[in-house]
Amino acid sequence: MAHVSELEASLRPPAMEMPPYPPKVITLASGEEMVVRQVDRKEIPTLLEAIYPLLWVERDFYDIVAARLFGELLAFKRYRVKDEYVLAGLIDGVLAGMVNGRLVDAKTGMSYHTLTIRRGLRVGSHLFAAKMEYHIEHCGQEEVLIVAESPIGFRRWMIEYPLEKRFEVQHELGGVPSWVLPSETYYAAKPRLVSGRRPVSEELMRGAAGIVLPAEETVVRQVAGEKEEAE
Amino acid sequence: MNPVYIAGAGMTKFGRSEWSLMKLASVASLSALHHANLGEIPVDGIVVANMGAARVNRQTALGSALVDQLALYPATAEAVENGPASGASAFKVGCQAIASGMADVVLVTGVERMRVVNGLEGTDFVASLAHPEAEYIYGVTLPSLAGMFARLVMDRFGVERKHLAMVAIKNHENGTKNPYAHIQQTVTMEGILTAPEAAVNNPPIAEPLHLFDCCPVSDGAASVVVVSESVAAKLGGPKVRVAGIGQATDTHAVHDREDPTDLKSVRLASEKAFSMAGVGPSDVDVAELHDAFTILEIAESEAAGFFPRGEGHLALERGETRLDGKLPINPSGGLKAKGHPVGATGVAHFVELTWQLRGEAEGRQIKDAAIGYACNFGGFGNNVVATVLRREA
Repeated sequence: MAHVSELEASLRPPAMEMPPYPPKVITLASGEEMVVRQVDRKEIPTLLEAIYPLLWVERDFYDIVAARLFGELLAFKRYRVKDEYVLAGLIDGVLAGMVNGRLVDAKTGMSYHTLTIRRGLRVGSHLFAAKMEYHIEHCGQEEVLIVAESPIGFRRWMIEYPLEKRFEVQHELGGVPSWVLPSETYYAAKPRLVSGRRPVSEELMRGAAGIVLPAEETVVRQVAGEKEEAE
Repeated sequence: MNPVYIAGAGMTKFGRSEWSLMKLASVASLSALHHANLGEIPVDGIVVANMGAARVNRQTALGSALVDQLALYPATAEAVENGPASGASAFKVGCQAIASGMADVVLVTGVERMRVVNGLEGTDFVASLAHPEAEYIYGVTLPSLAGMFARLVMDRFGVERKHLAMVAIKNHENGTKNPYAHIQQTVTMEGILTAPEAAVNNPPIAEPLHLFDCCPVSDGAASVVVVSESVAAKLGGPKVRVAGIGQATDTHAVHDREDPTDLKSVRLASEKAFSMAGVGPSDVDVAELHDAFTILEIAESEAAGFFPRGEGHLALERGETRLDGKLPINPSGGLKAKGHPVGATGVAHFVELTWQLRGEAEGRQIKDAAIGYACNFGGFGNNVVATVLRREA
């Protein structure tokens, strides 16, 4: 790490040791291979560029998710959030979606956001599962605090796993009463919801080494749905 | 009975729309009227097909509303609600008006805007077509009926999940060639059935049916202009004649049927339509079936007479129902990929067939298609409308 001034150091939250997320590959319904890998801090500006056009997409609450995620990733880049991580899903190197979260302490994780760009292939579901896998299996945490900011999220997380109420805890995302995924529930849901193969071939990893952004128009169209035009 | 022709066809893209119900209906209608190129010829009447607007959109009297939207007064106006068969029923009403001589030009528009409610409410609204005392109160939904039906058909005829997946793969592929289709995404056998991840990609909905065995919930509208022989002659251009229409019903509760795997209403409606058209199933060049669930495409392809009973899945396996097969089924992508805005679905069948018979289906055009067949499957097979269209020189 580059030299950090005493003042800057005092502005940064203390950091815990975080294990790396081992990349995996998932075959999607389309037959395409999606590599899920950890995103380095240096790659955050690329993700911000992908998120930016979604700040004004109201459909399915993309605007609030994009706005919060933008801030969370910026905070990660500028060392203003404690123990955050980011995972991305890449198809042929092209960004299909991303998830992030952070470690509250050694035992508890805090899920932040799941943002899908390539819709209709359960990319968000796969990436959320990868996030839970990271907390429970790789960081060895006992539970993850979770909220949903859209009905789709509620269906995917609260109902599909299913999550337990932990309403006495206010989640960091807006102070919403929190839900929790205990490790036992995670392992019970794992055969249904967590997939992927390791190790990822060198060829696939080479293809996923960078992050290629779909065109801004493509991002918005995929997320918001095409607008009908009169014939 | 006077001959009836389809002079124009149009539709909106199916999917999730921010347009109002009436805007969807108007755009599809204007598209069909534009296609028909009526000039100064007046529209005598309109018939609107819809199933759920009263419940999910809080709007009724759609015929009157559409006349006003299009400023077509003093044209007559009706709305037809006949569950998922509303589209073809409305079409039948329009054709009857022409055939009887009461009208020369009728606009038939099907429309549905279902995505304004959540999935649970949408599923419940469609389930309201089930028998109220024998099915609905026990929580029966259309996916659950289709799941039980699929289980019986699979046990009896050796249909496997791979065959259901083949329907999905074919129709998704066709959907990518149709710019109006809700889903523009191919799927593979590996991705939805055989890869380890397929269990997550394609979760169960109502066993043995999984996510990719079910059509999406869609918004959209479709419209055709039916005309008399004299008007068709004035318009010139390619002529698509309504050669035969058949309708048949069956018991409301599926369990009351002697053999629940026998889609008797499809069989009887098809026989009537073919008889009226003077052709048989082997004469058909292109078919649009009501594949709300993948199993239905297989079962309807047999009940319509295209393949012997219990052999629809074998024909599928041989590739006979692909775009380049002996009998292409659902070149539009079907309900599976094109989408299923319930009231619009039956009319959308005629839109696709009209384009196919006029040679206007672009990347999914069936070469030299002259005879088309459509099956609009209402309820769970308790009210079916089958139609045969024929291209005339």
